[in-house]
Amino acid sequence: MLPQDPYQLRLSGSGGQGLITVGVILAEAGLLEGYRVAQTQSYGPEARLGASRSEVILSSRPIAYPEVSEPDFLLSISQDAFDKYGSQMPEKSLILVDDFYVTLSRSESYPQQIYALPIIHTAEELGNKLVSNVVALGALNRLLGLVSEAHLKEAVLRRVPAKYRELNASALEAGARLGRPQAKAVG
Amino acid sequence: MKKRRLVQGNEACAQGGLYAGCDFYAGYPITPATEILEIMAREMPRQGRVFIQMEDEIASISAIIGAAWAGAKTMTATSGPGFSLMQEGIGYAAITETPCVIVDSQRWGPSTGQPTKTSQADLMQARWGTHGDHPVIVLTASGVRDTFEMTVEAFNFAERYRVPVILLLDEVLSHLREDIYWPEPGELEVIDREPPSSPEAFAPFGGHGFLPLGGGKRFNVTGMAHDKQGFVARGAQAAAGLRALMERIEGQTMTMARYSEEIPDDAETLIVAYGITVRAARRAVQLLAAEGLVAGLLELRTLWPFPAELLRGAIQGGQIKRVLVPELNLGQLVLEVERILAGQVPVARLGRVDGYLITPEQIAEAITEQAGPSAESKRQRRAAHATS
Repeated sequence: MLPQDPYQLRLSGSGGQGLITVGVILAEAGLLEGYRVAQTQSYGPEARLGASRSEVILSSRPIAYPEVSEPDFLLSISQDAFDKYGSQMPEKSLILVDDFYVTLSRSESYPQQIYALPIIHTAEELGNKLVSNVVALGALNRLLGLVSEAHLKEAVLRRVPAKYRELNASALEAGARLGRPQAKAVG
Repeated sequence: MKKRRLVQGNEACAQGGLYAGCDFYAGYPITPATEILEIMAREMPRQGRVFIQMEDEIASISAIIGAAWAGAKTMTATSGPGFSLMQEGIGYAAITETPCVIVDSQRWGPSTGQPTKTSQADLMQARWGTHGDHPVIVLTASGVRDTFEMTVEAFNFAERYRVPVILLLDEVLSHLREDIYWPEPGELEVIDREPPSSPEAFAPFGGHGFLPLGGGKRFNVTGMAHDKQGFVARGAQAAAGLRALMERIEGQTMTMARYSEEIPDDAETLIVAYGITVRAARRAVQLLAAEGLVAGLLELRTLWPFPAELLRGAIQGGQIKRVLVPELNLGQLVLEVERILAGQVPVARLGRVDGYLITPEQIAEAITEQAGPSAESKRQRRAAHATS
């Protein structure tokens, strides 16, 4: 069951952090789950380090307009991305950020429900910062309950090269542990 | 049961080309069309077909024209800057009646512009980019499955009418991933050029059939004005040749009109849209319906030759009071719509050129505004009625 139908996600970070891949995997998992899906992306001229975003819509009905108009969820794993997209989030939405690389402004109070989790740190502990995106994917799916863990894992394994399967499976599990219900909202 | 698959627009385009039997692809990478080239680079050699990365877009269009004359079904894909470079070749393909498919995934221009930002501003260039009166067919698509189908259709039209066919995509559609039913072999019609009754009887131009170079008859393929045998033509003969060439395409306008009409009987507003903007229009129709304002949508997949008759038919009966043309440019298709509907119904424009899509809300708002205070109050009355 989707928390909202359709459910609109915006996944943001710096170019090279694998946000588009996360969007594609989530869309594929959504499809396995039986949803209609649309995944779009927006990126600057620079291949790396510019703010990049990927968007996913999951719906039980055909999707007329494929871009996210009012996000229900935002993932930001870089400060640039949070600065750019955080302020655009509706009040009744959920935001997940990296607890170390994204600093929430002290002066601001956020109406949204914000989770700050050690996403990149967890990936580093697994020995490869590059799987931060998959850690984030595991965490957000556990927080939101969008698709079954089995479908998510299947979608991840379809998209990663054979030699990185184990690493990515571990990253997904570690992410899911971060996103368990005990995770506390900070905002 | 058929399974749905997650497919990207550019992937659908490349796979549509393969499905249609493209056996020669030449191109040069450019955002946002690069994935088409990448997929072709991987798939064509695997399937025993020819892929060449050329040194630039001038060479790419030249290569696909040459390969077409060697008998291949050919295709290239590019974006604005590359499409500009291809214009001379497109004119050559038009006058030499060469079947070939050119995909232009539009990005913000002119010049280098904003490579990763979307646009629909190559519409007039697709029709008139090369010099001289010339026949050309321009198609577009609004979704991923649609992109697959229209790529196949582009090949079919090229083969049937011996003309370069341009398929206009855009950055968002090229990179959009959606779940689609993958067309099975045989599900979509694939047309191949017909051989002449005999090589001796074959007239290389202005007639029927296609014989490749080396197919048993010697003839001249030239960009000079020419007669049916390829010899240089002048004056009245050149004029007659050009008129016949144009008539072959324009005379078939309704045969090649691809579109979808979603117009309720009680619609007073008609949105005429094409390409990715259709998606916002379709959603806008839903938003307006929820507010009690009935709008219809005419989606055009064939842009040139422009299906004027179809548009006239859509407003027949006098129910339609106004037309809106949303597009990602400063007004291109709307010129054609205004010309055709002049004096019948007011036509309004909605253009966006900051590199992002027109949103459903923008279209809904434009229509509410266009419909004026009477429609606004009617809408409010209906809304009040619905909530009371």
